[in-house]
Amino acid sequence: MVSKRVRMTFEPGLILEPVIYQLGHKFQIVTNIRMADVDEHVGWVVLELEGERDEIERALAWARELGVRVDDPTLGDIVDR
Amino acid sequence: MSYERALRCRECGREYSLTPIFSCEFCFGPLEVDYDYDAIARATSREHIAAGPKTLWRYAELLPCDPAYKVDLGTGFTPLIRAERLGARLGLERLWLKNDTVNPTWSFKDRVVAVAIARARQFGFEALACASTGNLANAVAAHAAHAGMQAYVFIPQDLEQGKVVGSAIYRPTLVMVEGSYDDVNRLCTELSGSRQWAFVNINVRPYYAEGSRTLAFEVAEQLGWRAPDHVVVPMASGSLYTKIWKGFKEFARIGLIEEPHTRMSGAQASGCSPITTAYAAGTFNFVPQKPNTIARSLAIGNPADGYYALKTMQETNGGAEMASDDEIIEGVKLLAETEGIFAETAGGVTIACLKRMVKSGHIRRDEETVAFITGAGLKTVEAVVDRLEAPLRVPANARAFEATLAARLAVTTGA
Repeated sequence: MVSKRVRMTFEPGLILEPVIYQLGHKFQIVTNIRMADVDEHVGWVVLELEGERDEIERALAWARELGVRVDDPTLGDIVDR
Repeated sequence: MSYERALRCRECGREYSLTPIFSCEFCFGPLEVDYDYDAIARATSREHIAAGPKTLWRYAELLPCDPAYKVDLGTGFTPLIRAERLGARLGLERLWLKNDTVNPTWSFKDRVVAVAIARARQFGFEALACASTGNLANAVAAHAAHAGMQAYVFIPQDLEQGKVVGSAIYRPTLVMVEGSYDDVNRLCTELSGSRQWAFVNINVRPYYAEGSRTLAFEVAEQLGWRAPDHVVVPMASGSLYTKIWKGFKEFARIGLIEEPHTRMSGAQASGCSPITTAYAAGTFNFVPQKPNTIARSLAIGNPADGYYALKTMQETNGGAEMASDDEIIEGVKLLAETEGIFAETAGGVTIACLKRMVKSGHIRRDEETVAFITGAGLKTVEAVVDRLEAPLRVPANARAFEATLAARLAVTTGA
């Protein structure tokens, strides 16, 4: 078991989707919301995910496929131009 | 001697010992260096600083590293230039330019890397690393070379050869990652946890970022120990912008200047403007963007300090503006033609946004304003090469020259 921290950003089209609920049901992972904010423009949530490493990566790939942006919760873009 | 006290979470205020970590265990907020300001106030003074080296190390007491570990390429204490001609063109009575194009690798990134490498050596790291396609990579590779340290520079696979030269010349280990920019982000985050390297903008980021404060220290000192009325700062991650404000406040806190009332304004390119867009929408929640701008050095679509930049705008009655690629090129040219400074496209962003802010009345003509020019133009020649006046072509005789010159002057003066 490992734990991973991510920041998910939801653009307006995804704000109403129960993405976090589905993460916990479609995949064998535990989702723990640590910080979040949602307004009419954008929503974001900082999550701690627990589970097997591969299962977490599968869950994140699914979320990305859905259109959710997944980043490190602190660092933003690391590649500096 | 260093006066750093602890790392403190910018969100919840929890404190951590001074180790190579970057986020709060409890709330995942970013960590920032906190100092023993009373001790700094006792240890330094205007006279002490003025007698120091003409580099950023004149502010050693305010930096989060032991200067015994410094790697000194001569970074900092760059010119603050009175820009009368540009000011007149824009309609500003007192405009200054902080010219950071003259640093050792021709950008302000030398400041942050100078601090990061000193702290990395103090921690005992033997290698310096970063993920960068430009200015940061240049600064990391050069400083590591000067220190005799190993350097690892991660770049995306599609990066043009020309962009690699400015780093490759210092002979770091260049790692071209197969995949997108996001893939490079993910790989470097993972490696920062598994390798004993100082990743300047990951595990030593709290220390690295502090180097930007020296721009504020220098401006305040060069203005005669006071903060300006207004500044315009280019924004990528938003770190530089927030740290300049932190620097002014710290100088006041240790008694070197009066309490600053500087209005902090930020500049972005329209093709990558998550912070400016959020400011215009009146929200602190920015939407990450896919960058599409010639101002590559500002092309951070998901800015780590975007939220804090927006808070600083609110705190200082500042603002944010954005400029199109066309305006950016015109900004680069205007700066060069009026003041003799050839800036990279980020400088064009700053000048173009400054122009917009004066025109809109956001900056009043009597406000003493400092614009930060953070990188040199030879790094982004391709952006302007097709927009310059063609040379006069003449046969090698004086009569032909006189005729051709007269024709050119008739066009340019409308005579």
